[in-house]
Amino acid sequence: MPQIEVRGLAKTFRVAERLPGLAGAFRGLFHRRMRDVHALGGIDFDIERGELVGYIGPNGAGKSTTIKILAGILNPTAGTCRVDGLTPWRDRRRHVARIGVVFGQRTQLWWDLPVIESFDLLRDIYRIPSEAYRDNRDRLIALMDLEPLLDVPVRQLSLGQRMRSDLAAALLHGPSLLFLDEPTIGLDAVSKLAIRDFVRELNRDRQVTVLLTTHDMDDIEALCQRVMVIGNGRILVDGSVAALRRRVRNERVLVVDYDSAGEAGRVDAEGEGVRLVERDASRVRIAFDPDRIPAATLIGALLAQGTPHDLFIEHPPIEQTVAELYAEHDMRER
Amino acid sequence: MKADIRPLVAVVSARYRTLLQYRAAAFAGFATQLFWGAIRLMILAAFFAAATEPQPMNLTQVVAYVWLGQALLGMLPWNVDADFRAQVRDGTVAYDLLRPLDLYSYWFGRTLAFRVAAPTLRGIPMVLFSMALLPLVGLGDWALTPPASAVAFAGFVAALVVAAMLATAVTLLAHISLLWTISGIGMDRILTVLVTIFSGLVVPLPLFPDWLQPFLNWQPFRGLADVPYRIYSGNIPPAEIAAELFFILVWTVALVVMGRLILLRGVRRMVVQGG
Repeated sequence: MPQIEVRGLAKTFRVAERLPGLAGAFRGLFHRRMRDVHALGGIDFDIERGELVGYIGPNGAGKSTTIKILAGILNPTAGTCRVDGLTPWRDRRRHVARIGVVFGQRTQLWWDLPVIESFDLLRDIYRIPSEAYRDNRDRLIALMDLEPLLDVPVRQLSLGQRMRSDLAAALLHGPSLLFLDEPTIGLDAVSKLAIRDFVRELNRDRQVTVLLTTHDMDDIEALCQRVMVIGNGRILVDGSVAALRRRVRNERVLVVDYDSAGEAGRVDAEGEGVRLVERDASRVRIAFDPDRIPAATLIGALLAQGTPHDLFIEHPPIEQTVAELYAEHDMRER
Repeated sequence: MKADIRPLVAVVSARYRTLLQYRAAAFAGFATQLFWGAIRLMILAAFFAAATEPQPMNLTQVVAYVWLGQALLGMLPWNVDADFRAQVRDGTVAYDLLRPLDLYSYWFGRTLAFRVAAPTLRGIPMVLFSMALLPLVGLGDWALTPPASAVAFAGFVAALVVAAMLATAVTLLAHISLLWTISGIGMDRILTVLVTIFSGLVVPLPLFPDWLQPFLNWQPFRGLADVPYRIYSGNIPPAEIAAELFFILVWTVALVVMGRLILLRGVRRMVVQGG
C-alpha cells in the first residue's frame, strides 16, 4: 500500500475582490464581490514508502497548497487523502506527530531562542523519549555541522545556517515522511550542496520518504527519481526525470553579442534544429536542439558569417520549461 | 496527565525566557509605572483629604492597592502579544497546527508566559522601591505596607495565581479574535479601557458609587486586580478569601470554554482560507 494516497484532491479559495480607487474601497464596505480561485483542480497521485519525489511548477500552481493539505494544516474542498492510513486534516495531531515539514520561506524555530533550546523545546512538544532524542540530536548535529551554531539565537543565523537547523529540527522526532517546501530557496551554492547531500543520505540510509518542491531544476536532477509537474492546479507530468526531459523541448539558447546592430542584423540563423528567437540591437538569441545540431557546429556556422565579441549558452529556466509544458497541455486538451 | 503537561511547561518556560531578554523595555516600563503610581496616589490622597464621610477603604489600603497595581500592571490583560499579532498578520500562525498539540492549550501556554514575564521583571523592583526605599527617604506614609496577616498573604498569592489564569484566558480571547480582525489595534484599545477601569486600576472599585457596586461585584475583571489587592491589605477579610478565589476560578473556566468554542470556529476559518 502506498504511504501517500491522493484522490481527486481539490481546493478552492474564496477571495474578496476589491475594486480599484477610493470609490471602489468605499463600495467594498457595503458590497463585497467574491471570486473563486481554484488552487487545485482534483489531483491524484500515490507515493510509495522510501520514494524521493520532486514536485515542481510555476508560482501559484498549487504546490504549497498540496503540501499544506498533506501536512494537515489546510482542508481540501473535495477529494480524499490518506497518509499512513490517516486523513491529515481529520487526524491532525496524530498525523503531524509522524511527519516532518520544512518551509524554506519561513523558519519554524523560535526566533529568539538559541538553536539548542529550540531543539529541547521540540523534544518536549513531540514527547520524544530522552534516549531517542539524544541519539537523533547528536547525529543530526554532526551531519549538518551545527555544533558551532547551537548557542546562537535563530534570528542571528544566516539563511544557510538557518535552513540546516530547520532541517535538523524537522527530523528530531524521527518522522518517516518529510515535506520540503523550497528548501534551497535563496541559498548559496555550498549550502545547496549540503542540503542536497543530506536529503539524499536521509532517503537512502533511513528510507525516509521525501516530497520536495523547488524551482531549482538542479535539485531535481541531483535528488529525485521521480518528478511531478503541476500547473494551474492539475498534474501535467508524473514520471521519471528523464521522461520529463523528453516531454519538454530539449532546447538551449545561444546568446551572441556583436559590435553593432548592423552586424547582428545580417546574421542568418535558420536551419535544422535552429530557430532565431530574438534580435535586440547588437544581441541575437538563437534557440537550438543539441541533439540535432551540436553547439560547436552552430557556433562554427556563426563564426563563418561574422565575428561576435561574446557568446554564451543559457539553459531555459524551469519556470519557462514548465510554462511551455502547460501551454502545450492546454492546447492538446482542446 | 503528566505527559500532557510537559509540552506546555516547555512552551511557557521558553517564551518566558525569551521575554526576560527585554531588559531595556523592563526599565522603561518601571520608570513609567513609577510616574503613574505617584500621580494616582496624589489624586487619591486629595480625594481622601476632601472626603467628609467614612470611605469603604482607608488610605493605607488604597496606597497598597495603587502600588500593587503598578507592580503587577503587566499581568493585566490590557494588550495583545505583538509577536502573536505579527504571526496572524503574515499567516505563520497556521503553522502552529503542525505541532502535535491541542491548539488552545498551546496558545494558552504562550499567552500565560507573556502575561507573567512582564510583572516578574518590573514587579519586583517596584515592590522593593515602594516598600523599602520610600520609608528611607521620609515618605513612609506613601509606602507599600506589608500584607495584613500571614493568611492575607497566602490568600493574596493564591489569588494572584488564579488571576494570572484569568488574565491569560482574557488575553487569549483577544488573540483568537485577531483571526477575524487581523490588525488588533482596535482590540487593544477596547481591552485597555475595559480592563483598566473594571479591574480597579484607575480607581479602586470600592470607591465607585454604591449603585454601581452590584454590577462591579459580578464582572470578571475585578478578579484581575481588585480582589488580590484587597485580600493583601485585609480589606477583604480572611473569611471571604475562599469564596473570592472560587469567583475568579468560575470566571476563568467560563472564559476558557468560550475561548475554546470561538477558536474552533477560528481554526475552521484558518484551515479553509489558509491562514
